[in-house]
Parts: sequence; C-alpha cells; structure tokens
Amino acid sequence: MPAPGTAQRLPIFSIALLSATALGYEVLLMRLFSIIQWHHFAYMIISLALLGYGASGTFIALTRERLLRHFETAYWLNLVLFGLTSIACYLIAQRIPFNPEEVLWDWRQALHLLAIYLLLALPFFFAANGIALALTRHTSAVARIYAADLLGAGLGSLGIVALLFLVFPDTALKLLGALGLAAALLAARELQLSMPRRQLPALAGMLMLLALPAGWLDLQVSPYKGLSQMLRITGTQVVAERSSPLGLISVVESDTIPFRHAPGLSLHAATIPDQLGLFTDAGGMTVVNHNPQGQALDYLDQLTSALPYHLASPQRVLILGAGGGSDIQQALNHRAARIDAVELDPQLVELVSRDLAAWSGNIYTRAGVQVQLGDARGFIRQSRQHYDLIQLSMLDAYGASSAGLHALNENYLYTVEALQDYLAHVTPGGYLGISRWIKLPPRDTLKLFATAVQALQAGSNSAPGAQLVLIRGWQTSTLLIKNGRFTTAEIADLRDFCTARAFDLAWYPGMQAAEANRFNMLARPYFFEAATALTGADAADFIARYKFDIKPATDDRPYFAHFLKWEVLPEILALRGQGGLPLLESGYLVLVATLLQAALISVIFILLPLAVLHRSRQDPATTVSRGRVVLYFFAIGLAFLFVEIAFMQKFILFLHHPLYAVATVLAAFLVFAGLGSAWTARLQRSDRPAARPAWIAVAAIILVGSGHLLLSAPLLEQLMPLPLGLRIGIATLLIAPLAFFMGMPFPLGLARVGAERPALVPWAWGINGCASVLSAVMATLLAIQFGFTVVVLAALLLYLVAALSFP
Amino acid sequence: MQHWHRRIVLSLLMAGLFAGSCGHAADPYREARLAMIEEIKATARLTSLSLDMEALDPQVLQAMATVPRHALVPDTQLDAAYRNRPLPIGHGQTISQPYIVALMTDLLKPEPGDRVLEVGTGSGYQAAVLAELVERVYSIEIIEPLGERARGSLAELGYENIEVRIGDGYYGWEEHAPFDAIVVTAAASHVPPPLVKQLKPGGHMVIPVGSRFMVQQLVMVDKDMDGQVTTRQILPVRFVPLTGSH
Repeated sequence: MPAPGTAQRLPIFSIALLSATALGYEVLLMRLFSIIQWHHFAYMIISLALLGYGASGTFIALTRERLLRHFETAYWLNLVLFGLTSIACYLIAQRIPFNPEEVLWDWRQALHLLAIYLLLALPFFFAANGIALALTRHTSAVARIYAADLLGAGLGSLGIVALLFLVFPDTALKLLGALGLAAALLAARELQLSMPRRQLPALAGMLMLLALPAGWLDLQVSPYKGLSQMLRITGTQVVAERSSPLGLISVVESDTIPFRHAPGLSLHAATIPDQLGLFTDAGGMTVVNHNPQGQALDYLDQLTSALPYHLASPQRVLILGAGGGSDIQQALNHRAARIDAVELDPQLVELVSRDLAAWSGNIYTRAGVQVQLGDARGFIRQSRQHYDLIQLSMLDAYGASSAGLHALNENYLYTVEALQDYLAHVTPGGYLGISRWIKLPPRDTLKLFATAVQALQAGSNSAPGAQLVLIRGWQTSTLLIKNGRFTTAEIADLRDFCTARAFDLAWYPGMQAAEANRFNMLARPYFFEAATALTGADAADFIARYKFDIKPATDDRPYFAHFLKWEVLPEILALRGQGGLPLLESGYLVLVATLLQAALISVIFILLPLAVLHRSRQDPATTVSRGRVVLYFFAIGLAFLFVEIAFMQKFILFLHHPLYAVATVLAAFLVFAGLGSAWTARLQRSDRPAARPAWIAVAAIILVGSGHLLLSAPLLEQLMPLPLGLRIGIATLLIAPLAFFMGMPFPLGLARVGAERPALVPWAWGINGCASVLSAVMATLLAIQFGFTVVVLAALLLYLVAALSFP
Repeated sequence: MQHWHRRIVLSLLMAGLFAGSCGHAADPYREARLAMIEEIKATARLTSLSLDMEALDPQVLQAMATVPRHALVPDTQLDAAYRNRPLPIGHGQTISQPYIVALMTDLLKPEPGDRVLEVGTGSGYQAAVLAELVERVYSIEIIEPLGERARGSLAELGYENIEVRIGDGYYGWEEHAPFDAIVVTAAASHVPPPLVKQLKPGGHMVIPVGSRFMVQQLVMVDKDMDGQVTTRQILPVRFVPLTGSH
C-alpha cells in the first residue's frame, strides 16, 4: 500500500497475485502435460516459461518509453492477456496433434512441438511484461515490488500443490485463468483506473471462464496412451477418478472385455479373474483383481515374480509398491504370516482400501496385511524390521516412476544405494526380489544386475555372483538377491520352478551355458552371457563395450531407464527402416529436440530483436567491454538454473515425490535469491573496486555449494524418516544460504552495466534470459550423462568464470 | 544417397505427377508400391543375419506388390501410403511399417491351403497380404468403427477370402479352429492360452511387442508336430549389442 500522502499507487497485491498465478500455472502445465502426453515435457515447460520471461525482457527494452507513457493501461492489459491466454493457449496447444513417437518419422511433428512451445510461452510473456513494467515504472520502490513478486511466486508454487489436492487439473486450470483476471481487476483497483470501462471486460471474461461448460476444458489425452486405447472398446468406461498432485487415477471397468492383465504369465496359464484397470495419468496401468472371497489366485503363481516363494517359505514379506494388491495376494497365496506393503499414492490407497474393498476382498486390510502410505526409500530408512522377502515387482506401471514430473525418470528405487538399503533389511537367508519388464536387446535387466553386483561388492562381498539368481520369461525378468549364498537345494527348486513354467534360467551360481536360452529363445543367450561377464573380472570392460548404458544407477545419477550411448546413435538412426527405433528412448529425444528448439527460439525471440532494433548507440568511453558483459550474464544464467534443476532432482529422494521437490525448491530459490538480490544494495560502495561484491558472492556460492556436495547427501539420508512438513522445512533451510548468495551476481552485474554502459542493459537481460532457457534442459542432459555432482560442479565453475569476467 | 533419391522419386510419384506419363494410369501407385518392395528387400538383406534367414520369401513380396496399401490407409495419409514407416489410421491405431508386415508374414510361413487367424484387423492391410497367400483369413477387431471400415475396404477390393468379425480376440475363433498360423497385432500382456490351443501342430503364431509406432520385438510361438510349444524372440533389426563381437 502506498504510504499515506504519496501520490504513487503501487500495484503490490496484483503483482503478488500475478506471480503466484503464473508460477502455479507453470507447475499445473507440467501436470496437464503428463496426463495428455507423457511426463517428458516437464523440463520443456520450465524452458518455455523462461522463454516467455526472456522475450518479455527484450520486448520491454524495445518498447519501454511508449509503454511507460501509458503504464496503467499497459500493466492492466498484460494482466488481462495473461488470464485469457493461460486458458486459450492451453486449449489450442492440446489440440495440436503432436505425437512424440513420430518425431523421427515425420518432420511435421517438429513443427507441432514448436507450435506448442511458442503458444505456451505466451502467457508467461504477458505475466513477465506486467512484472517488468511495474519494476520499470516504480524504480524507487523496486524492493517492495520485487518482494511482492517473489513472495507471490513462492506462495504460488506451494499453493498449486494444495490446490491440486482439492480439485482436478482441468478445474485448476479454470481457477488459475480466473485468478489471472482477478489480478487484473485488483490492478485496476490499485491503480484507480476508471472503473466500468476497465472492469467490465475482465469481469466478463472471468465469469465466462467460470461458467464454461465442463466439456470445453476436457483434457485431450493422446490417442496412443493406454487409457485412450482402452476407452475405444465398446462397453469400457471410467467408473471413478481421483486426482492429487501425484497423479490422476482413473478406474476403468469393461463389460465386454476382461482386462486379463498378467504381464509375464507363463504359457501354461491359469485363469485370470475379472479385473478393474487403474490408470495413472491416462497411462501406466495396474489392476485390482475381483476376489471378494479372498481366495488364492493361481495365475499369480505363473509369474516370474513367484520364484522366491518356491525356494523358501518367507513369513515376513515387504511389498514395495502395493499398487492394486496383486503382490500382496501373491504373498497371501503362499501363507506369509505378516505382509507389510508401501504405497506412495494416497489416492490409490484410499481407492483400494475403501471404494474397492468389497471388489478386492479387502486386499489392503486382510489379516496380517498392513499397508503404509509412503515412499519405498523413506520407509526402508526408518524401518527397524527385517524381512524374509522384500519384493518390488513391475513398479513402472504406477507409483513413483509414472509421476508427472519425472522427466526422463529420475528413479531412486533401483540405485546402488537403494539396493543396499533394501538388503540391510533382509533377514539372513532371505531374498530381495525385483521383477521388471524385459527390453530387447537386453537393457534394464542387465543394468539392474550390474547394480546388484555393485551393491553387493560395496558390502565387501568378494563373490556377488553366489548371491544372485536371474530368470526370465518372454516379457518379464526376476532378479533375486539373497542375503547369503544360494544352496544346492535352492538351485534344484529354481530349476523345477522354471521348467514347470517354461521360464529361462539366466544366472545362478555355477550355471552352465547349455542351460540358458531354452524356452524363450533369443538369437544368443544374451542374458546369461551378460550375467557371466558382469559377475566376472572383466565386468567393467563388458559395460564399456555394451552398446547401451548399463552402468549401475546411483543416487547421484538415478536415471535407471536411460540407456542411450551417444556413439551408438548413428547406428541406431541408420536402422530406422528396419524398425530400429525402439533401440532409442523417445523421452530422451524429446529432451534433445527441446534443447535445440530452445536454442533456436531464444536467439530468434530474445537476441535477434535486440540486434536488429536496438543498435547500440555510441557509448561514452568505458572500461566495460561488450564481450565481458556477454560472458558474465551467460555464465550466471546457466549456472543459476543448473543449481536449481540439480536440486529439484536431488531433492526428489528426500521429499519422496517430484512435485514436492519442484514446488519446495522453486519456492526456496525464489524467496532467498530475492532476499540476496535485495541485499546487494548494501554491498556496493563507491570506495571499493566494483568487482569486489561479485567476488564475495561467488566465493560464498562456491563455499556453500561445495559444502552441499560434501555434506548434504549423508545428512539428508539421516533425516529421511522425518514427516513431510519437517522435511520441506529442512530442504528450504538447506537451500536458503546458497540461494541467497546466488541471488547477488545478477543485480550486481546489472548495476555495474547500468552505471557504465547503459545501452548494454537490455543485452544483459537478453543474454541471461537466453542462457536460462537453455540451462533448464542442459542441466537435465548433463545430469543424465554425468550425475548431479557434475552439474553442480559445472555451475560452481561457471560462477568462477562469471567472477573473472565481471564487467 | 540412393535412398534419398528413391524417396524423392517416390514422393513425386505419389503426388501423381507422373501418373499419366509412366503408362500405368490405372494404378498410379504401382511404381510407389514396387519401390517399397525394393526397399523392403534391401532392408531384409541387411537384417538377414539376426533373423537366421537368407531373404524374404518371394511370394510374400509378390503379395505385398499386389495389395493396394493406399486403399487401406485414411485419405490424409495417401501420400505416405508406401513409405516404409508406420502410419496412424485413426482410433489411436496404426498400420505397421511395411517391412515389419513383410517380416511377420514371412515368419508365419504361409502356404496356399492355410487358414489363418488374425487378432486385431486394424486397417486390414495385414489380412489382405495374407489373403493373397493363403486360402482363408479370419480376422477379429475389437474397435467397432475400425473393424467396419476394414471390412468395407476389403470387400471393395474384392477379397472374398477374408472374414472380419467385431469382438474380443482373446478366445480366438473356435468354429474355424485350428489354424495353421495366427497373428496377434493387438497389445497383449501375455500370450492368450486359447490361441495357443487353436494353433495346429506345426503352426506358428507371431506377436509384435512394443508400442503403436515401434515394434520392439516379434514373439514367435511355435507348436511342433507333437504339440510342444516354444517361443522365440526376434529383433526386427540387425543389431549386435556388444561392440567388437559378431
């Protein structure tokens, strides 16, 4: 509120509301895209939002005088446009028939992707215009406006998480659009614009939005996603839906066609009961069996995952990823006395334990069964129990890995550290069983095997091969890791189990080549050969020579599902005509396409207009060189987002869900970088060298950043069992000092350029914007290739470069 | 280079530019179709190593040179009808890459007197190719409008030895069983046991596994003369996962 007596009217509240809405919109878009397309788009959304901000910087630089003359109208109009385009652009974008799977077949797909990218950057462009205009107009109140902006954004990123617990994503979209218009109404009030003329259109727009018939905003889910495919079948319908920030669950029933979902079922099959399909974000299906009497279900014994029950009689079983309850039933079939199960998604737990209780025969609440809400890693950290068997089967269909923000699947369930954690809770003689889909040529089964070998070796086990058993059907594989050596009796049972079900042996200690590749024949006994190599002395050589990346995943590089080696790319592309494209992971390609696109677009929309329209006037003689300005702002633009993105990905493990990680990390960085930026005013003193504050900031960043690299992993590990609220608080506190110092270099550099060579100020903004657009995607690519540590180190190095090139 | 050259010629052909001048005005797609066959042959030669076979059966290629693929794709895809790529045909379904169709058909070892079951009619193209080679094709499609459309198109093309039924393919087609060959193009989380049962001794079943646009592997189910069943998993591409090995 303006101080009494001053004529200046500050649009503080509308700025806060605008920022909150824009940030909420960014997170919501990630959610929406993981439903209508796939989750690969999360980092594209971050990148396009930054593009909107960057392009706005250029736009304001070029039109500033004209806009400032009509500040009130321009400000108000940009808010209205933000509200309207946030809805309209999404509606148009989701009607563009973009199909990621066709990217390499059809060049038009690249144009579709481009169109989506540009359309969705537009609302952010208007939002950024509003904020930039306010900052430019009220130079004397920059701190307050900035504070309102950051506080709003911080609230927005947390608010959207809360909102997504309350309403479905399409409703959230409607509400955010309306909030955008409400910000415009508020602005009109704050700026005391003449009422009826300004208020009416915004008010009318808002009413229209809220009154929009539901069908208008229906999500246009890709026709190639599982749910869409299923709903094509006559008599199939969605009977219930639940939504949370973690995902949209659709319960599907079919009158005509039973689901018969039994991945990896042996050819000698048993009857599969009726099932309900549970789709998460219109993809990844799990099922709930119709079993009102709670009988034993025979088909569960015809899966590779049933193996451990045939080698021993585990009494205490832990199921990580309870899902629809099939694994619980499998354990019940074999009379396990106590079954603990962990499920991440509260909506799923509620559905299965309440709504589907009768259908499933109370699978979650049967005698001896206890289902806990939580994340597998968090649960195992705090658990003091030991189990005869810990099972993770076919988790990819649901739970953590199908969550919206898993761009390229950071997956902390299958890392070396994860396996060690699980194994620490297995009783002597007990097993850890992991079942997965098989990819051909072999990929994730081998990566898992290599990960298990490394986990055992790290536990100073000299002969990991003696503790491993690997079997496969044509579609699934099951790896058993025993806490102890496999005995001859177990191996005899193992052989019987496989022969009876026509599953293949791929590894057991002492296995001979002749026993491999007998039922589900491959061109070569690939799995056995690989397992032999991976348990032998030349494992490292094998991993290096293998054409897919099967290096064990670690918590620092948790991309279990990433297999591409760049050097193999030309070979794979050449195999396109032979159907060689499944050798690639399409999510990764989308990411690379996004990077190329971001590079091109950010140059066109941010730098080109500056180059053409803002030909720099002759500056007075100055010590500030153009090259140093470019380098400085490019380096800090890249570095900031490198750290932010690395932290988002790293904190997924600690906060147990990508959405919590993104919201918390975004909010913390926004608020504390804002505070740091405000603090810079105190650092600048005319009696000191201009570069000194920047050196102080960079030194602090490097110090705190290195501290994070060294200390945060073990620290967070200890704190993992704490409740979510506390963990969010701790994460914020941990980020605070780093973010605080990272907020400084930009305003310091800008102040310097502004004072010495003002004509370069728009360039400073533009270059920084460009770097940010690229950075979001580059950080992810680097993390996949080299791990988070390298991303953070690269950022620290970039800060050093920045300090050296301070203008 | 040659590949690109051919593609350019092809697209010109398909745009109908040469339709009048090349002497096949009645079937403007003939050249395109033959070019597609050449491409499939070349691809198969490249792949032969991993497939354990010398070349594709000439009869299969002949059949594919006969079936007017363009008549089975939606109008919007006409210009791409003979490209060696999968195409969307609406309803979230696709028509497979011609090379994959050739491969699958070849793996089924079709004989003139055979009766073949297809689960998942889709565009009807696979059924048409099989119909050129065997006595009778029974095809089941679960998506009603798709099945109706395929039935109509196939009838229009004069295929009297194809029967299309709308329904659930899981249980096969009991009254026409057993079959010499079965092809399952619909997604399957496992091999439907009723289909294994309806396969004749000595018969083959092929199931492409992967997504709509990318076939990751072909699963073959072979039943020997004694009724013993084994499966083979075949990669459609020649790809050795280790560098420096053969």
